Amino acid sequence: MNLDDLADLAEQYRAIDANVEREVRVCMAASCQSSGAAPVMDALLAGLGDSKPACKVKGVGCMGLCSAGPLVSIADRDASLEESTLYRDVTADDAADIIASLDGPPVERLRCPTDQPFFARQQKIVLENAGIIDPDSFKGYVAVGGYSALIRALSEMTPADVLREVTDSGLRGRGGGGYPTGLKWSTVAKMPATQKYVICNADEGDPGAFMDRAILESDPHRVLEGMAIAAYAIGANKAYVYVRAEYPLAVERLQTAIRKAKRSGFLGNKIGDTQFSLEVEIRLGAGAFVCGEETALMASIEGLRGQPRPRPPYPAESGLWGYPTLINNVETFANITPILREGGDWFASIGTERSNGTKVFALAGTITNTGLIEVPMGTSLRDIIEVIGGGIPGGKAFKAVQTGGPSGGCIPAQHLDIAVDYDSLKTLGTMMGSGGMIVMDETSSMVDVARYFMEFCMTESCGKCIPCRAGTQQMHSILDRLAKSQATRAELALLEELCEVVQATSLCGLGQTAPNPVLSTMRYFRNEYEAKLGDA
Amino acid sequence: MPPPATQPNVRVVTLNIDGRDLSAREDETIIEVCRENQIPIPSLCYLEGLSIWGACRLCLVELAGQGRLLAACSTRVTEGMQIQTNTEKLQRYRRTIVELLFAERNHVCSVCVSNGHCELQYLAQTCGVDHVRVPYRQASYRVDSSHEMFRLDHDRCILCTRCVRVCDEIEGAHTWDVMGRGTECRVITDMAQPWGESDTCTSCGKCVQVCPTGALVRQGTSVGEMVKDQHFLPILARRRHAQ
Ligand SMILES: Cc1cc2nc3c(=O)[nH]c(=O)nc-3n(C[C@H](O)[C@H](O)[C@H](O)COP(=O)(O)O)c2cc1C
Ligand code: SF4
Ligand code: SF4
Ligand code: SF4
Ligand code: FES
Ligand code: FES
Repeated sequence: MNLDDLADLAEQYRAIDANVEREVRVCMAASCQSSGAAPVMDALLAGLGDSKPACKVKGVGCMGLCSAGPLVSIADRDASLEESTLYRDVTADDAADIIASLDGPPVERLRCPTDQPFFARQQKIVLENAGIIDPDSFKGYVAVGGYSALIRALSEMTPADVLREVTDSGLRGRGGGGYPTGLKWSTVAKMPATQKYVICNADEGDPGAFMDRAILESDPHRVLEGMAIAAYAIGANKAYVYVRAEYPLAVERLQTAIRKAKRSGFLGNKIGDTQFSLEVEIRLGAGAFVCGEETALMASIEGLRGQPRPRPPYPAESGLWGYPTLINNVETFANITPILREGGDWFASIGTERSNGTKVFALAGTITNTGLIEVPMGTSLRDIIEVIGGGIPGGKAFKAVQTGGPSGGCIPAQHLDIAVDYDSLKTLGTMMGSGGMIVMDETSSMVDVARYFMEFCMTESCGKCIPCRAGTQQMHSILDRLAKSQATRAELALLEELCEVVQATSLCGLGQTAPNPVLSTMRYFRNEYEAKLGDA
Repeated sequence: MPPPATQPNVRVVTLNIDGRDLSAREDETIIEVCRENQIPIPSLCYLEGLSIWGACRLCLVELAGQGRLLAACSTRVTEGMQIQTNTEKLQRYRRTIVELLFAERNHVCSVCVSNGHCELQYLAQTCGVDHVRVPYRQASYRVDSSHEMFRLDHDRCILCTRCVRVCDEIEGAHTWDVMGRGTECRVITDMAQPWGESDTCTSCGKCVQVCPTGALVRQGTSVGEMVKDQHFLPILARRRHAQ
């Protein structure tokens, strides 16, 4: 298959809905489903029936403003979310009014403006199809140009060309570490081996994070396409997606996507009639946070206890069953298709000097607009929180935002103007992490925040190495005593000492970063710790 | 044709440990080179003849030009490495780790059968742990005395998994495993049934001999009587690998 054949196929798929002029797009991603999207969908389907052949009801992925769900967007065919008429907090009872409005004025009482900064200030690359296409529809993905990056790679590019494009893009891993993706791919590509593997890390265990879930629920084929391109570039013919079992909808959509892509020859044997083959399998994680760590994840796929092992050797050299393995995050793979389509230089022109492209963030905590956003790297925290996020509700004052989940730290108000990228967050003592942002207002106690994350690390510690296993337990007990105003100054000093030891000596990233929330809250809010001392 | 003078693929490198210039085969780990040269490195999970586990973190050393500490047991030597094994910082970290171990379970040496022959106790002495600053966790575990020859006392276990590895890798029985997460971890026999009811245990006693503490001991020993003998291990391991 070449690009012309694929374009013909896309045209053929578009022709199926040739008579459709307006689409009623119902968000059927997890958050809107939990607030009742399914009955809305049913009511709209039943209400519309065959009455308006030029209109079609369609289930789509996440539109971002999850806190206002269920969301329904009325759009001309191919229109973007911003160009559509958006309705919020829709119930099944609203279906009749919405259908009536299809050839009349919009239903004002349900309107959610799409020219508000929440939508207008975003730049969508990873989420370009989210909320627009039907994630269960293979044809829908191909109709918007899906799989053309893969077919182009297979028919017009050598693996070295692909590696060069990804390297030029400057893409860095979105799973937390920010390791240069092109470098990682090139390393695996260079390993001499009879067998290699690709793994997509969809274990997403940080509290408050749901970027990867939303991507998989909204546009699963894009992730598969990115994985297939990676497999071609490094010379692998077997891939795994490691998804947490707590994401049943994502798993279901991924299964559907794999099945349909395989049936149409975009996965499996001899993809697009070339010599390249790729088998993709899903593996379910049992909900241990540590299984997101790459060596623990691979142990888990191998059927062993999900525990990290010392690195080096890195997976690129010795991964699954000892073979070279490329492991990337969901969002990392989701960036590959646009990079091949638009070129590495295009991608590199977005963002900051050393952090290119966009980043998807999950806004949570005390913020007006909770949900999913995608902004260019380098957007200021103030824009993200005050403008896009709509600020703190209830007239309260902003206190801090936690980035990087239990491995990261908090950023106080005086640093709100920082341009968010991998390096700037590091200088503030936190990290990008996978993209969770938890906003806290003036009523939050920072000692409680530190205690919460330490409890998370303590219960999620795999127990292999001593500093993390026993150290997080000791740190948690001191934080607990602090929170109850029982701890002494000597215990506070011990806490700081333990932070240093656990950070420096733990085996894997979980333990090495577990002290970060404590260190960062102490750095910016030391007075709160002092005020909690029992012997102050 | 005469055999090649040297093995083709293994090179010899030179490195510097604590100011001493040393040579080593490039497939050796830092801890192996240290042991050959009588440079003491504290360790609990490492045991010659068993696979590398890298969990106790006592063997961490400093490498010039690298911010992160390296575990001597799981890091191979490379040409030109400059290593410090006993800086003031490392000593402080090791003391804290040993303290964490003492507090995690319930180590009261004066009443322990391993008193005087225990690797943890010895480490505490050599690392200069004279008191434990963190509070004892006070979790209580039941002693498993169901095996006719041996006894398991979780209160003395440091979860080094030497028993798990020797049973799996040398004896081939795979009776031992670890269950649970974090500080809730504990070693188990078979599917967490009493040791005496294990179908796989051959009663060879290797786990008891390699256990660094008083967690695995012979029945009927009293305070200070449990002396362990691990000399069998390198010999058996070599035989296993030659097979
Ligand atoms: C405790 C722990 C949990 C992690 N969880 C995840 C996760 O849920 N998803 C993920 O992509 N990476 C996670 N990582 C990072 C992975 O180990 C790995 O670096 C990443 O998947 C590499 O992909 P990238 O280069 O695309 O970022 C975790 C790391 C640690 C230490
Ligand atoms: S740092 Fe924690 S999670 Fe990582 S290996 Fe050690 S005990 Fe396990
Ligand atoms: S196992 Fe060792 S350290 Fe623990 S109580 Fe017994 S002698 Fe002391
Ligand atoms: S029983 Fe002994 S050998 Fe086994 S893990 Fe515990 S301390 Fe180590
Ligand atoms: S789940 Fe519907 S908008 Fe995010
Ligand atoms: S001896 Fe190296 S980590 Fe235990």
